[in-house]
Amino acid sequence: MFLKSKSVLASLAATVALTTGAWAESHAKLSGDLVIFSDMSNPAPRAVMEGMVERFGEMHPDLNIELTVIDREAYKTQIRNFLTANAPDVANWYAANRMKPYVDAGLFEDISDVWTDPTLADLASTKGAMTLDGKQWGVPYTYYQWGVYYRKDIYEELGLNEPANFEEMKSNCQAILDSGRKCYALGSKNYWTTGGWFDYLNMRTNGYDYHAKLTGGEIPWTDEGVAKTFANWRELLDMGAFIDNHTAYSWQESLPFFVSGDAVEILKGNFAVAPLRDAGLDDSKLDFYQFPAINPDVELAEDAPTDTFHIPSGAQNKEAAKEFLKFVVSADNQTLINNGDNLGQLPVNAKSSVDDDKFLKEGFVMLSQNSPGGVAQFFDRDAPAEMAKVAMEGFQEFMVKPDNLDKILDRLDRAAKRIYK
Amino acid sequence: MSLSTETPTQSSWYKRNEIAVTPWLFLIPGVAFFLLYVIYPIFSSVSVSFYDWDGLGEATWVGLGNYEELYWDDAFYVSLRNNLIWLVLYLLAIPAGLLIALFLNQKVTGIRLYKALFFFPFVISQVVVGLVFTWFYDPSFGLLNQFLGLFGIDPVNVLGDERYVTYGIIAAGLWPQTAYCMILYLTGLNAVDPEQIEAARLDGAKGWRMLWHIIVPQLKPATFIAFVVTIIGALRSFDLISIMTNGGPFGESRVLSFYMFEVALSEYGFRMGYGAAIAVVLFIIMLFFIAYFLYSMYQDDKGGR
Repeated sequence: MFLKSKSVLASLAATVALTTGAWAESHAKLSGDLVIFSDMSNPAPRAVMEGMVERFGEMHPDLNIELTVIDREAYKTQIRNFLTANAPDVANWYAANRMKPYVDAGLFEDISDVWTDPTLADLASTKGAMTLDGKQWGVPYTYYQWGVYYRKDIYEELGLNEPANFEEMKSNCQAILDSGRKCYALGSKNYWTTGGWFDYLNMRTNGYDYHAKLTGGEIPWTDEGVAKTFANWRELLDMGAFIDNHTAYSWQESLPFFVSGDAVEILKGNFAVAPLRDAGLDDSKLDFYQFPAINPDVELAEDAPTDTFHIPSGAQNKEAAKEFLKFVVSADNQTLINNGDNLGQLPVNAKSSVDDDKFLKEGFVMLSQNSPGGVAQFFDRDAPAEMAKVAMEGFQEFMVKPDNLDKILDRLDRAAKRIYK
Repeated sequence: MSLSTETPTQSSWYKRNEIAVTPWLFLIPGVAFFLLYVIYPIFSSVSVSFYDWDGLGEATWVGLGNYEELYWDDAFYVSLRNNLIWLVLYLLAIPAGLLIALFLNQKVTGIRLYKALFFFPFVISQVVVGLVFTWFYDPSFGLLNQFLGLFGIDPVNVLGDERYVTYGIIAAGLWPQTAYCMILYLTGLNAVDPEQIEAARLDGAKGWRMLWHIIVPQLKPATFIAFVVTIIGALRSFDLISIMTNGGPFGESRVLSFYMFEVALSEYGFRMGYGAAIAVVLFIIMLFFIAYFLYSMYQDDKGGR
């Protein structure tokens, strides 16, 4: 069912050790086995993970590192089995509320002591996302911005500019629709794609603090503010802005609409850039803008999901695992793994440099300077898992049957009363 | 020779009870695993269904709370309704299988090849069947909509429209299931008594009357097995749903087994107790069929003696 590759790099590390032995002396002596389970199964992330293991192995020749890469989607259901039954020493996961079930169950190790290490001081910006109950439970290794990617060539053909507010966004969309195209590609077979739209519409309508309270269960779904968000969403739906039959496509299957020009824009994380470039869209055809303001009274806030490494509490070699985590977040490693040839995302270490890539630079500026309201993780990481599931399913239903809104919101409210009790 | 008369008194307890004990010895491994993997989980599920438990931490006793919530849960009724649709429509595999079996039950050159081709969908994995049909239904490039396009009909979004999605998946499921029923009937047809057919023909029976009064009654054992496997197939229709729609759009293609998986074990599911409650409901539904099957097998046994 899942892709599994065990690369035992001991022999490789041993041969390299002959040449770099003297250099490795300066590092702490680590020995034994280090078992790593990773969900970085897509081609580029997989190469990054294997590269990190190789370089860490060179630094610690006595350490036998076993890496198991598991398919990213399958990993999400397998993690709870292996955390309880067969814990590795290091495991991938996600930040914020998404790690709460495992933290509450005592399956992730409290690594606050790693965070007291001076080298982690440069990670301050993501410390909050790794903190629950006042302690830190893992380290981030990458994050990425979300925004609207659009077809620059079609924008030029239609004489459009990047919208500065929601009115312009809608008028742009109307122009696109009039030219016989659709505005937004969407593959809502992956429910989370609708979560992105909700995040942005709600943060722009009601602001970051309101959004955080809603996902935190402090504001009921029947609140007036939520209704306003959905009213804005409905305006786009009534225009026919989204591609038809989006319920039948996964997010990957929605990209061809964007590539062919049948849809001109897509709201997505920066991970979409790599497949779009592979499909033949160069920088003259592909561009990016920040989701524009809707309510001028609220400050702009962004989604920037953070991917992480954790140490399971059942780990055998915690000492080596902590060293590995420190290695992952070190400035040099962060610069390397997040550059355009590798992950193509943003480094978490403030001392790292952002790769000279149009989208990474724009994204970095947007998140560091143009997101005064705050930075959210993502709907299914900010809200508890059960709530995220029910809600995103409701978003999809709303996008197909906007008239069911009252029923959907009642359902969400009922679910919220149960989940946040 | 005189020694042999003494042996019975010296023989062990096992030797004396060999006839009675040996069958049980052979049964022990099977019974042990049956108890461990079938009977124990049934009781364990029932007991978990009275708890609120995330599968990781402490379980809290909630009594019938999970069942009470099921009663108010719209998604549960959608799943239940879909289960019923599955049960009814999946039975179409039986007449369809019979029809193809009758058609293939002839002696022409290459008939083995045709039989193999018809049986093919049952051999390939359900996952592959699901993928093939997902592409077949695809609204933009799928074969179905290309075909409809020839007649000027707009594309139908079969798997993305809550009205059609369950029927679309059942159609995909019928493809291998029909092949399975066909093979059951093909073997059954080999056992049909040619003399009875001859006699019926002399009496002037043909066409429908021949089929209904002469052939089908002789196929009764095959029909029974086909019925059993089809009902079971319909109730555990999990893989196709998972592959083709993942329960969507907005949960409209879920059946109970999939819903159970989703709330208890999927990416966002952490409600073991609630999942167990759904499993118990599904078990009760299955119990009706199991009771019926056991009863009718018991009746057959009595009739046979």
